[in-house]
Amino acid sequence: MALTNDDVLYIAKLANLQLGDSQVYQYKRELTRILDFVEQMNSVNVDHVEPMAHPQEMMQPLRADVITEFNQRAKFQAIAPATQDGLYLVPKVIE
Amino acid sequence: MHKLTLAQQAKALAAKQISSEELTRHYIDRIEAHDGQLNSFITVLAEQAIEQAKQADADRHQTSVLKGIPIALKDLFCSDGTATTCGSKMLDNFVAPYDATVVKKLKQAGVVTLGKTNMDEFAMGSSSESSFYGAVKNPWDTSRVPGGSSGGSAVAVAARLASASLGTDTGGSIRQPAALCGITGLKPTYGRVSRYGMIAYASSLDQGGPMAVTAEDCAYLLQTMAGHDDKDSTSVDLPVPDYVADLEQTVKGMRIGMPKEFFEQGLDSEIAAHIQHACEVLTSLGCEIKPISLPNAELAIAAYYVIAPAEASSNLSRYDGARYGYRCQNPRDLEDMYSRSRSEAFGEEVKRRIMVGTYALSAGYYDAYYIKAQKIRRLISQDYSQAFAEVDAVLSPTAPTTAFKINEKSDDPVTMYLSDIFTIGVNLAGLPGLSVPIGLQSGLPVGMQLVSNYFKEDVILRLAHQYQQQTSHHLQIPASFE
Repeated sequence: MALTNDDVLYIAKLANLQLGDSQVYQYKRELTRILDFVEQMNSVNVDHVEPMAHPQEMMQPLRADVITEFNQRAKFQAIAPATQDGLYLVPKVIE
Repeated sequence: MHKLTLAQQAKALAAKQISSEELTRHYIDRIEAHDGQLNSFITVLAEQAIEQAKQADADRHQTSVLKGIPIALKDLFCSDGTATTCGSKMLDNFVAPYDATVVKKLKQAGVVTLGKTNMDEFAMGSSSESSFYGAVKNPWDTSRVPGGSSGGSAVAVAARLASASLGTDTGGSIRQPAALCGITGLKPTYGRVSRYGMIAYASSLDQGGPMAVTAEDCAYLLQTMAGHDDKDSTSVDLPVPDYVADLEQTVKGMRIGMPKEFFEQGLDSEIAAHIQHACEVLTSLGCEIKPISLPNAELAIAAYYVIAPAEASSNLSRYDGARYGYRCQNPRDLEDMYSRSRSEAFGEEVKRRIMVGTYALSAGYYDAYYIKAQKIRRLISQDYSQAFAEVDAVLSPTAPTTAFKINEKSDDPVTMYLSDIFTIGVNLAGLPGLSVPIGLQSGLPVGMQLVSNYFKEDVILRLAHQYQQQTSHHLQIPASFE
């Protein structure tokens, strides 16, 4: 499975990563190598095998719908890059 | 004092032969003297540790065995009010606002936290070279890697800079560094230990566990760490057995399987010879060793390198520069803030895995990669189920080689991935696995892996403990750190 430059740029866009020109080449080579490696999976027929998403095939447990967390906004916002009046500041989204 | 095991230190503390403050100061002095050349700690919490030790000494009548024992935490366990970096520039400025459940449990038991240990960035690696804080060095030969991703935790124990440590294991990250550093490390059954407050890499595979000098020490730690947690719905609500009491039970009549696939092709002959010797010890204890088959074992790495990156690409999407962690300078707009913060703060291997995972989950490729990998995961899990119909434990080397040179494998990600050939299937199936030291090869430690059925940590802890009663490999300390 040989990736093209466009493939790599598309994957990077989906992953919210910016790549420089030299990195596109580097990741194209490395991701192709990894994808070639995982091609081994095709050596076995799995047509009738159920996918296994998780080691324990358990139901999600339910709990009573009561408040278990209390407000710690100030503590959480103390480690934020930028806040004001209890809000997280980000670049302007709407003009 | 540092030559004692955790269990021996606990006895000495209980008998007031030593104080926790003495023990803690002794380790802090050792960290100061030795960690410059090992780089096993990212953060040393000297003052806080001494404070915790004084409290433990003042409150001796309380009964937890672990009270006053100084340990180190892999730097992906959140600990309230302290830096928790996950080995990444992304979290260089992150101060955890809460305790991971296991950290909370250990604190309640009176454990002293010496510091936070170095690791592969976001636990993605097998050599502890990819940390933003620099490579960790193996105390048996500082030109070599300690394994990874819990390399700092393994080194801290191996060089006796802490009584024990916590690591996490997604594909071998406790067992492989334990093997390469000559210590004992246990990955519990998926769901045995709460993952709440452990920074997520691959959520269906991650599990925290103890790393220590002996299996007995691991049993003491697991005893405190294990159990259901309302804050982690995948932590299983089963009673926690008395692992420590169980250590002394006989292993006579236990059946141990050796997967022929792991011994067939190209296994290093000296490692094979060490395994042979270890088997002889187990046989002398009354265990029966027999060949078994794990026919899909060789597909484990391929399936893992789809599933783990897929889960990682989702888990790591939370790092967006908005609420915590790194934010790039002067973002043009919101998109630029997201993508530039991520690009500037994630290292190479993390980006590779995010992109592989993103690709495997993307439209048109989901079935060919992600679903196929999950089907292979089922085959691997079924192989183990069949094995456990015949045997109580599965035995193999932990790693295919001893510690390799720093930079030896860092150029080719796939070569690095192959380091985890014997450990990865255990995570895919969600089983417990343990690595125990079985000797030195050219001065470097060799580890043996024991795997048991779900929630049968008692079986492998007992086997390892009984083995350690007959041998002294686990007590060897690298010469420069005695």
